[in-house]
Amino acid sequence: MTTTVEVRRPPLGNRSAPGRPRGRRRRPRVLLALAAAVAAILLLPLVFLIVEAVQDGWSTLSPILFRRLTATLLVNTVSLTVVVTALCALIGTLVAWCVERTDLPGRRIWAVLVVVPLGIPDFAVAFGWKSVFPSVGGFGGAVLVMTFAVYPLVYLPVAASLRSADPGQEEVARSLGVGRLHTFWRVTLGQARLAILGGSVLVALVVLAEYGAFEILGFRTFTTEIFSEYLTAFNAPAGCALELILVLLSVAVLFGEGALRGRGRATRTGPMAARLARRHQLGRARVPALAGFGLLVALSLGVPLGAVGYWLFQSADSTLPSASLGSAAWHTAFYGASAALVATAAALPVALLSVRWPGRSTMAIERSTYLVLAMPGLVIALALTFFSNNLANGFLYQTPYLLIGAYAIMFFPLALVAVRSSVARAPVSYEELGRSLGRPRLQVLWAVTLPLIAPGLAAAFCLVFLEAVTELTATLVLIPTNAQTLATQFLIFQNNLAYHQAAPYAALMILVAAVPSVVLGRWFDRMPGAPVPG
Amino acid sequence: MRLAAAVTAALLAGGFLAACGGAGGANGSITLYNGQHPQTTQALVSAFEQKTGISVSVRDNDEDVFANQLVAEGSHSPADVIYTENSPPLEFLESKSLLAPVLPATLARVPVRFSSPAARWVGVSARVSVTIYNTDQLRRAQLPTSVLGLADPKWRGKLALAPNETDFQPIVTSVIAAYGVATARRWLLAVKANASGHTYPDNETLVSAVNNGQAALGMINQYYWYRLRVVDGAAGMHSALAYFRPGDPGYVLDVSGAAVLASSTHQADAQRFVAFLVSPQGQAIIAHSDSFEYPVAIGQGATPVGEIPLSQLQPNPISVGELGDGAAALALLQQVQLL
Repeated sequence: MTTTVEVRRPPLGNRSAPGRPRGRRRRPRVLLALAAAVAAILLLPLVFLIVEAVQDGWSTLSPILFRRLTATLLVNTVSLTVVVTALCALIGTLVAWCVERTDLPGRRIWAVLVVVPLGIPDFAVAFGWKSVFPSVGGFGGAVLVMTFAVYPLVYLPVAASLRSADPGQEEVARSLGVGRLHTFWRVTLGQARLAILGGSVLVALVVLAEYGAFEILGFRTFTTEIFSEYLTAFNAPAGCALELILVLLSVAVLFGEGALRGRGRATRTGPMAARLARRHQLGRARVPALAGFGLLVALSLGVPLGAVGYWLFQSADSTLPSASLGSAAWHTAFYGASAALVATAAALPVALLSVRWPGRSTMAIERSTYLVLAMPGLVIALALTFFSNNLANGFLYQTPYLLIGAYAIMFFPLALVAVRSSVARAPVSYEELGRSLGRPRLQVLWAVTLPLIAPGLAAAFCLVFLEAVTELTATLVLIPTNAQTLATQFLIFQNNLAYHQAAPYAALMILVAAVPSVVLGRWFDRMPGAPVPG
Repeated sequence: MRLAAAVTAALLAGGFLAACGGAGGANGSITLYNGQHPQTTQALVSAFEQKTGISVSVRDNDEDVFANQLVAEGSHSPADVIYTENSPPLEFLESKSLLAPVLPATLARVPVRFSSPAARWVGVSARVSVTIYNTDQLRRAQLPTSVLGLADPKWRGKLALAPNETDFQPIVTSVIAAYGVATARRWLLAVKANASGHTYPDNETLVSAVNNGQAALGMINQYYWYRLRVVDGAAGMHSALAYFRPGDPGYVLDVSGAAVLASSTHQADAQRFVAFLVSPQGQAIIAHSDSFEYPVAIGQGATPVGEIPLSQLQPNPISVGELGDGAAALALLQQVQLL
């Protein structure tokens, strides 16, 4: 059974007067300042876009913004985003439910295998598909490749939320005579709603900004056009103007999610004391479920891995100098882990503020930080290049710090979604209890809140790490001269058709990405309150 | 907490060490933004370092990313030299006043037509655009002798194209110069229709696709074919190269060049590196490397193994100045929605 804790407001009510609604408590100034600072840094690329776009004036931009190609690409981008997001929401949620709430055989192994696709770079995925099925391309090809590459962005938050959600609610619903399917719809999905929505937003924004895969598949979207303007036409103002349209699209996505998010809160009062969930018996559905998982893993992992295996046996002759695998692996892990730490730490104040003190301004702060996800890595890298060289005399430019900062900025929204959904589920009553005992805020945060949201922090770290490991375009601009990551070295070889030499880099990248997936799965399994088989 | 602090400290220390790692040798050091193929640059850099004791830090990226990056960096750019595969990025940087004048002695080593008309960059090597065709599907006699012939509907579904690649624009520029925008536009639309389903993200993939029979023919710069032959071996080649008729607009020399950044704080060393690229030693390295580009310096007779000598090529006489930054070609490519 779920424990209930009587909520007592802090007796010394100088901060929050008894009787006032929860949302009206005064926001701690430090938290507000921290969150605002994070949001301001994340909006820097947007400032750069506006500065660049307006420099040539409206008359040079309007022919590019209003030509027929722009409309065609808008249709391409929007329809692709809608279809991929819907498919990912469906696959990600179903997979999470099967892994977390059913007696699916081998679920620990599946739990790792369904995350690993995130660790395979987009260009490698598209390249794998193209090598195995040369005719892959167009809208269908783009949907296929993107869906299998990014559905883990929905799976991860949904799995985390199902794991820590209160199974008692489902049982109460069942005992009240609510049907099995209806319970799943109302209670289970209800508990995971925030996570599903959050994951879907991530998918939508990532698809909006995707470039590498579409370039290889020959599918033209808004983002490929932005790159053409930048790179082939040397027309940065036009590229930035088109990118601003993409930003407007992502604002629409965020408003959509805000409207669907609703006001409900899905907390449980006591994760430590909750009864363990019984797993649903799949029964006869076991065989099709296993077949589905097999197919999913075969397509999302098998195709790129198959390509890597095939490359290993290609001709070893190459016109390229060799490179150091170890050094590239170290740089990759170091930059990725640092960025994951920074992004997770930065996500904490924004998540706490937006969940605990909801309101227009906190909402605006939180929502604005997602926009960065719809900006291609190249744009963010050029923005940081611009600011660091023109406002700071090149301070930190092409040092590890700025690269780590760039990763943290680019993937901040991933960390935020993971941290936010766990903060939303952590009962505020424990924190209030802690403060009513006279503990200072920071100590309550450390001793009460952080342990409660630890799974969310871990998920945030892993998500950012996985994405940073495979990042390419910003890396090439900002990485310290003479350093290589696995992704940059892979690209050098792949660009020159040296597949035999590229293969170990792709393999190691996938291996590096598999580590946090395994750690995350294991750690979840040992957590108190984790569902047990049977 | 202690663990977190230790991890953070270790990360910061690692970052600091890495940040300091780039500091150069006793004889000075320069930073090279390398948009050329790494296999070409690597050998040149090693030889230069050995000869002068000046250490060269090399960054690899696409030349067009470098052009944008250098504009964003402005006067604080850490780059001393930029070395590109094609002339348009250099012309673009010149138009932004970011390039320093090349030393006259360096420019004097190369025929005027291969270098910047404003003396801001020097031509280092050259390639020529040719037709590649699959020898199992086509015979040489069937190939068009002019680039205009690629618009023939008989190539529908057979022509491969990499419209994003910087090597394609000079051909479009050249067609515009020879026949005017209206003809060029019709030609481009027909080429686009013929290449439907066979557009590729880069030249390497295009060459590979024609070689393995996915497409029957395409336009490339000749050196991609020679490199594929190194990788796949002569037995793996199911394709061959064919030249357009002398002076044809599709028969274009593309020049690879280098320049010193105006913002460079190592002007002397940077100029030495650029001079080395067109010196007899540098040019010999280019001729004998796996790069397969033509050295362009005066009196440099070496020809990459197995290729027709540069002096015997009869390309369209369009100059690098006329090729410019390719703006007209780009506008047209966008108009017909190939970009």
